[in-house]
Amino acid sequence: MVHTHRPESDIALRVKAIESLLVEKGIVDPATLDTIIDAYEHRIGPHNGARIVAKAWVDPDYKQRLLTDGTSAIAELNLTGFSSEHMIVVENTPQVHNLIVCTLCSCYPWAILGLPPTWYKSFAYRSRAVIEPRKVLQEFGLDIPDDVEIRVWDSNADLRYLVLPERPAGTEGLSEAALAGLVTRNAMIGTAQVQPPEPPSTLAA
Amino acid sequence: MNGPHDMGGMHGMGPIPIEPDEPVFHTEWEAKVFAMSFATFCHFFPVDETRHASERMPPGDYLSSAYYERWLYALELLITEHNLVTPAEIEQRMAELAQGE
Repeated sequence: MVHTHRPESDIALRVKAIESLLVEKGIVDPATLDTIIDAYEHRIGPHNGARIVAKAWVDPDYKQRLLTDGTSAIAELNLTGFSSEHMIVVENTPQVHNLIVCTLCSCYPWAILGLPPTWYKSFAYRSRAVIEPRKVLQEFGLDIPDDVEIRVWDSNADLRYLVLPERPAGTEGLSEAALAGLVTRNAMIGTAQVQPPEPPSTLAA
Repeated sequence: MNGPHDMGGMHGMGPIPIEPDEPVFHTEWEAKVFAMSFATFCHFFPVDETRHASERMPPGDYLSSAYYERWLYALELLITEHNLVTPAEIEQRMAELAQGE
């Protein structure tokens, strides 16, 4: 759903015109455009961030390095990339819940989480996350108790953040890969918590 | 610069528009604007200049435009300011494409 200022057909025509001119003049290569789109649609996404989180959950030394120097610890996993050159990782605990926003535009760790969702880029989120984070989180179905401190981190062009969510109870026996499968994009922005795995239906019945 | 992009703490923006199972791009033009911006800001102008370009969008337009519409504004501003393409060429090509459709 896109609410544009001008008719969508006018915008699409303008974009086509610009594309054909840039290609004709050799300023952009059509194959490069396809590669960029494919990368952000299929290869770069929250599964990268989930690998970082799962490793931190199973490896206390890695977690320490991640919280001390996020940029270097992420580089260890070869996940450094465009728009994620400088990273700070903030840890959720029973006492502290972290939330990430970019009030000025939509700065976001692209290499770690992919491109941001529309809500992250919305005027509502950008304006409200810093003044009424609890209400904002309630709109995501997340009620943070009053005795838990909420810390809001405002990103910028040079510095991006990642939330290290709490590991859910009952996941002690899970492999690192299975743990990564539980970690959602919103949990790494701070608008969700990681849920324990669904019990098998035979046990739930 | 104190402009409409400096949104922290602003009131009246309503509920958060949460869209379940959102695609990475909603339309082909969004994907193309992203890719053309990405391809050019790696080679012709730095990201900071792109941000500054979108912040130069007139406040009324900024506040009534979708995300990739603001990117398109910045892209068009930068490619014309850097003389890669002229505004007249864009208008002429749009007219040609419209006739061809």
